[in-house]
Amino acid sequence: MTLQVEDLSIYYRTLRGDVHALESTTFNVGDNEIMGLAGESGCGKTTLGTSLILLKPPMKFIKGRVLLDNEELPTYDTEKMNPFRFKKISIIPQYAMNAMNPTRKIGKMTGELLRSRGVDYKATLPLLKERLDLVKLPESVLDMYPIEMSGGMKQRMVMVISTLLNPSLLIADEITSALDVASQKAVAEMLVEFRDQGLCKSAIVITHDLSILYEISDSILIMYAGQLAEKAPTDIIIHAPRHPYTKMLIATLPEVGAKYSEKRLTGIPGNPPLLLNPPTGCRFRDRCPLAFAKCVELPPFVEIEKGHFGACWKEFGPNA
Amino acid sequence: MLKLNNVSKVYHGGTFGGKEIHAVNDVSFDIANKEIMSLIGESGSGKSTIGKMILRLISISSGSIDFDGVDVSNQKGAALKEYYRNVQGVFQDPFSSYNPIFKADRIFSFVRNEFYPGVSNADWNKKLNNSLEIVGLNPEHVLNKFPHQLSGGQLQRFLIARALLLDIKFLVADEIISMLDASTRIDVLNLLADLRKRGLSVLFITHDLSLAHYISDRSVILYRGYVVERGSTEKIFNNPLHPYTRLLMAAVPRLDKRWEPTKVVLETKGDEAGNTCPYFSRCYDDRKTEECKLGVPSLKEVEPEHFVACCGCTQ
Repeated sequence: MTLQVEDLSIYYRTLRGDVHALESTTFNVGDNEIMGLAGESGCGKTTLGTSLILLKPPMKFIKGRVLLDNEELPTYDTEKMNPFRFKKISIIPQYAMNAMNPTRKIGKMTGELLRSRGVDYKATLPLLKERLDLVKLPESVLDMYPIEMSGGMKQRMVMVISTLLNPSLLIADEITSALDVASQKAVAEMLVEFRDQGLCKSAIVITHDLSILYEISDSILIMYAGQLAEKAPTDIIIHAPRHPYTKMLIATLPEVGAKYSEKRLTGIPGNPPLLLNPPTGCRFRDRCPLAFAKCVELPPFVEIEKGHFGACWKEFGPNA
Repeated sequence: MLKLNNVSKVYHGGTFGGKEIHAVNDVSFDIANKEIMSLIGESGSGKSTIGKMILRLISISSGSIDFDGVDVSNQKGAALKEYYRNVQGVFQDPFSSYNPIFKADRIFSFVRNEFYPGVSNADWNKKLNNSLEIVGLNPEHVLNKFPHQLSGGQLQRFLIARALLLDIKFLVADEIISMLDASTRIDVLNLLADLRKRGLSVLFITHDLSLAHYISDRSVILYRGYVVERGSTEKIFNNPLHPYTRLLMAAVPRLDKRWEPTKVVLETKGDEAGNTCPYFSRCYDDRKTEECKLGVPSLKEVEPEHFVACCGCTQ
């Protein structure tokens, strides 16, 4: 088991009170597993990804435990996380395309980053060139400024930098959303290639695009309003979901070949609840067609089959 | 209804404006009444430039744009204002379309001051409520609010409602749903299709082929400012001919089928001069012929309602 997250809660501190962005999440990511993390904007998926590596204010650690390779991570302490960051756990941030220093050439910037981790740039150079080759970038990019590269090239460069120290866990936050379909496919397949070659042991891929996850991930975790809704192997989530939110989310996606005139798709009526003073119990219940009295209590995230978890009283509860 | 005749756009770049960037090259197509036309391409293909030229937000370098038979590309003053009564646009980012300091309904009062100065309050409110209801919003829930109090889908529908206040005939929808969540984007998309029944034509600009197929009758595929394939959406999807269209189709992530292990040829720089086929550097080697080097291929009709600009496809 590469990553074990137990009962992790992260809130945002604001003047009007705490925003419950991540509430009691418990899940595992296995060895060599690419886990997709999907949900609507504001559901806490980026909060979850970021909190595992850098807990920056106004994020507030409430409770929980994170184990990476059976070693507890000091998630709550920004200083103590330093030895782990980028070496054991690394992130390709959202908007990675703008993550590079515009005043430094790529090579120089990479060198500075490596030095900050106590690694010699010259000694790493052959490895760096090998990795550039893997993502099909010419060596000459090291002498370029970020502005000289296209969005797809920048995204691939950040992937190389993030995985240079062979982390156990790689968090990829929306790495394909700003790219064209052709670069999207190339970047997504490179991520799988990285895992296959062991450059990172496991990965969490955060995206709002379920169809990308269907292509590359082994399992998918669906979040809703700061809570976990369902986690299962990819094929089960896409073809046989159990949680009502997952079902409705998948039904909103137009397949290639669907036409408005033949089959009209419907969205999910309503909006997610505000996470400042969120409702108790299941947070999906206002939009859920199956909601009943029991839903005011928080449904547990239980394993119903091997590898298939869900939180819903109706589907997975004792009377289901 | 709207017709583009050999429209081109050249931007001047470089330090002293000496470098020419050909964003749109010789593009011609037409959109009929009550039709939804998709404009599909990667970033940098010139699709937004075409939308902005139709909306007269940027000038065109050569060619003309006809609306109901009248060339609008050089209209000014009262004639241009009259054009805006008929043609309006909605853009990608709903949050940056509003001034966050003012309430969101300020966009409606602009329309009123400019186009309906003599209308009484009661008539105006009736008109406003009517157009909000068309886009599926409850006026009581959404009026008198600041942009941050509304969701992206609501703001985007607000903008469509604003356009409807003018009894428009043509809407340019530039990536209007790419920033919305899956649960709300399909509602906005359905709204566009419903509006067509009310006599609206839409230019739907997108990079997502499955959305284009879901909603549009005809499509235009753009590559580096050139139209490479156009025709009925059905025919393009069932029988993509241009290698670029095929590449796009193969790269779309879909839920019913996994990607085939084909190699994606990524874009390279250069070859902008326009003396070979624009797709030459990315094309598969076994498809390249001597003819491809001769110049930009013109659109040829390969079957009824299906045009493609490729030397290798039309033989």
